[in-house]
Amino acid sequence: MATSHSKKAAAFLSDPDKVTRHDQTFWGIREKRDIQAAMLPEWEDLREHASEIKEHTLTHLADYLEEFSKNLESNGVIVHWAKDAQEFNEIAYSILENNKVKKLVKSKSMLTEECEMNDYLIEKGIDVVETDLGERILQLMKLKPSHIVVPAAHITRDEVGSMFEKEGISKEIGNHDPTYLTQCARYNLREEFIEAEAGLTGCNFGVAATGDCVVCTNEGNADMCTAIPKLHIVAMGIDKVIPNYDSLAVFQRLLCRCGTGQPTSSFTSHFRKARPDGEMHVILVDNGRSDIIANPLHWKTAKCIRCGACMNTCPVYRRSMGYSYSYFIPGPIGVNLGMLRNPKKHSGNVSACSLCLSCDHVCPTKVAPGSQIYFWRQELEKFGTENKEKKYMSAAMKKLYGNYTVYDIATQYAHFANYIPQKMMDIKQNTWSEGHDMPHFPKKPFHKIYRQMMKEMEKEEKRK
Amino acid sequence: MKVGLFIPCYVDTLYPEVGIATYKLLRELKLDVEYPKRQTCCGQPMANGGFQRMSGDLVEKFDDIFKKYDYIVTPSVSCAAFVQFNHPQLHKHKCSTPEKTMELVQFLHDVLKVKELPGNFEHIVSVHNSCHGVRELRLSSPSEEHIPRYNKIIDLLKLKKGITVKEPERSDECCGFGGMFAIEEPGVSSRMGDDKVKRHIATGAEFITGPDSSCLMHMQGVAHKKKYNIQFMHVAEILAAGI
Repeated sequence: MATSHSKKAAAFLSDPDKVTRHDQTFWGIREKRDIQAAMLPEWEDLREHASEIKEHTLTHLADYLEEFSKNLESNGVIVHWAKDAQEFNEIAYSILENNKVKKLVKSKSMLTEECEMNDYLIEKGIDVVETDLGERILQLMKLKPSHIVVPAAHITRDEVGSMFEKEGISKEIGNHDPTYLTQCARYNLREEFIEAEAGLTGCNFGVAATGDCVVCTNEGNADMCTAIPKLHIVAMGIDKVIPNYDSLAVFQRLLCRCGTGQPTSSFTSHFRKARPDGEMHVILVDNGRSDIIANPLHWKTAKCIRCGACMNTCPVYRRSMGYSYSYFIPGPIGVNLGMLRNPKKHSGNVSACSLCLSCDHVCPTKVAPGSQIYFWRQELEKFGTENKEKKYMSAAMKKLYGNYTVYDIATQYAHFANYIPQKMMDIKQNTWSEGHDMPHFPKKPFHKIYRQMMKEMEKEEKRK
Repeated sequence: MKVGLFIPCYVDTLYPEVGIATYKLLRELKLDVEYPKRQTCCGQPMANGGFQRMSGDLVEKFDDIFKKYDYIVTPSVSCAAFVQFNHPQLHKHKCSTPEKTMELVQFLHDVLKVKELPGNFEHIVSVHNSCHGVRELRLSSPSEEHIPRYNKIIDLLKLKKGITVKEPERSDECCGFGGMFAIEEPGVSSRMGDDKVKRHIATGAEFITGPDSSCLMHMQGVAHKKKYNIQFMHVAEILAAGI
C-alpha cells in the first residue's frame, strides 16, 4: 500500500516537533498571504485576470516568443533556443567557455535545478556559486531545495550556524543569530561576486512587448550577479513570456503576495540589454513545456508562475516536507509537474493529496493542481503504476455496492467486526489502525431501521 | 415537493443515527420524504482512489433510483459533491440527478430557507468545515478567497436554543481523511487528524460537529486512539435534537 511519498513522509513524521515547526513555518506564510489578499478588494478578479492572460499567452505562445526574441535582439541581446536540458547545459557552457569564465555566480533559478546545470558545469571545471542565501546554504551542505521559493526552510539556524563554522564563514563559534549568520554569508559572497566573470539569473517574467527579463528577488543577489560581472546569462522557460507591461502589473501584484505574503519583492529588476562592454545572453528553454501545453487534460499546469502558494497551503506538504516527493518540485504543483515529466518515475507522489482543494483556491493563475491530481489518479493504470491493493479494494467495493443482496447481507453482519480484538486489528496490513481505533458498527444499518420504522408507522395508521 | 433521501453506504452501515436524524428533520419540516430501496454508494470512494472507471455502474444506478424525486437530499458533503460535480462526466446520457442532489445544510439553507427550528441543544460545539463542503458545495466562504465571509452550517446551528458555536483555528484546514488517502498515507493522514482534533478541543467545545460523517469518523478514530476527551455528532443530529 505504501507509496514512495508515504514512505519518505513516514521518516519525516518520526520527529513530531520538526513536523510542527515545518507546518507552522509554511502555515505562517499562508496566513501572510491571506492578509495581503484581504487588502486588495479586486483580489479574485486579479486571479481570474491572471489566469486568462496565461491562457491567452499559452495559446499564442509562438507569436509572443517571436516578439520577445525580436525585441531582445534589437537591444543587442543574444538569444538561444534549447529544446531540452542537455541543449540548455551545452549552450550555457559554450557561452562560458567562449568567454573563458572560471567562476559563475548565479541567483535562484529552478530551471537550472530542472536541467541539473550546476553539476554539468562543475564537471566541466566551472566554479558555480549560488548567491541566494537559501540556495547557498544548500549548496554548501550538498542538499537539494525542499521548496521552490524558500528552499532551505527545513534547515534550522543551528544547523546553518554549525555548517558556517565548519566552512569558516562565521567566526564567532556558537553565535547562531540569523542576522549575524546572514552578515557572515554576505561578506563571504562578496568575494565571490568580485571574482566571478559571469552572472546567471533566472527570469520570472519575459515581457514580449519590450524584451525585458524581469527578475524578482528579496536579497538583491540577482542584481549583484549582474552588476559586477559583465557577462549576464538569463535562463528562462518558454512559459515565462507574457504579453506586455499591463499583464506584468497583474502578475507582479500576485506573485509575492501569494508566494511570501509580501506586497512585492524587495528587488524587481528589468534586464533589457547588456552593460557597456558586456554581453547579455537569454537561453529560452522548452524541455517538455510545449508537450505540457499540448496535453488536453493537463495544459493548465503550464499557467503556473512558481509562487509556491500551493505548497504553503498544502496540509500534506506542510507535514511531509519537500524531500518526501520524488520530483525536485514538491507539493501540489510538483506532483503535477513530475507526472508530466516522467509519469512512471513520479507516480509515487500522486498519493500525497487528500483532495482538500485548498491549493486550487490559493493559486493565483487557477492552475487547479488539486483537481488535476484527481485526474492523474485515474491515469495511473495507463502507466501501470496504480496501487494494486487499492485497485482490489475498489473492485471489491464495486462488487459490494453493485449487488444489493450482497450489500444487504454484509451490512447485516458488519457489527460482528466489533468483536475482533483491537490487537488483531493492529496488523501491518491495516494501515488505518496506525493512527485510529476502528469504528464501531451498530447492530442494524439505517436501511433496516427505516424499514422497521415504516412498518410501525403503517401499523399505527391502520390502528387509527 | 417530493424528496428522496440518500443515505450513503458508510452512513447506512456505521452511522444509522445520522440517517434517522435527517429523516426526522425533513419530516418535521413537512416534506414528503422517502428513502428509496436498494440504494448503496455514489461511487466516490473508488473514484477518489483513482478508479473512477469502476464507479460507472453505481452512477447509473444512482440516477435510476433517484430520478423521480424533485430533490435528493443527503447528510454527506463529499457524496453530494461527487454526485453534483463528478457524476455528469461519468454519465453516458444527460441526467437530472446531479443538479437535484443537495447536501442537507445546502438544502435547508438555500432551498427551504429554514429560519427557525424547534428544540434545544445546550452545548458548546466546534464546527468542522469539511473540505468538499467548503470548496465544492460552498457551505462556507473558503478561507483562501477574498469574498464576504459566511457559514451556512453555523447559520443553521444557531437556530437551536442554548447552543454555543465555535470554530477552530485554521477553520477549514483538512482533517486528513480523504478516503483511501487515509490508508495510503497513514502517517500524514493521522497527523493531520491529530492536529485538527486538538484545534477543535482548544475551542473548549464538548462536541465536534460537521456535515460529513467520514471526516468525523476519521477524527473520532484518532481521538479514541489518543484517548482525547471529546464527543462527535453530525450536524443533522444537532439540528434534529428535541424533535
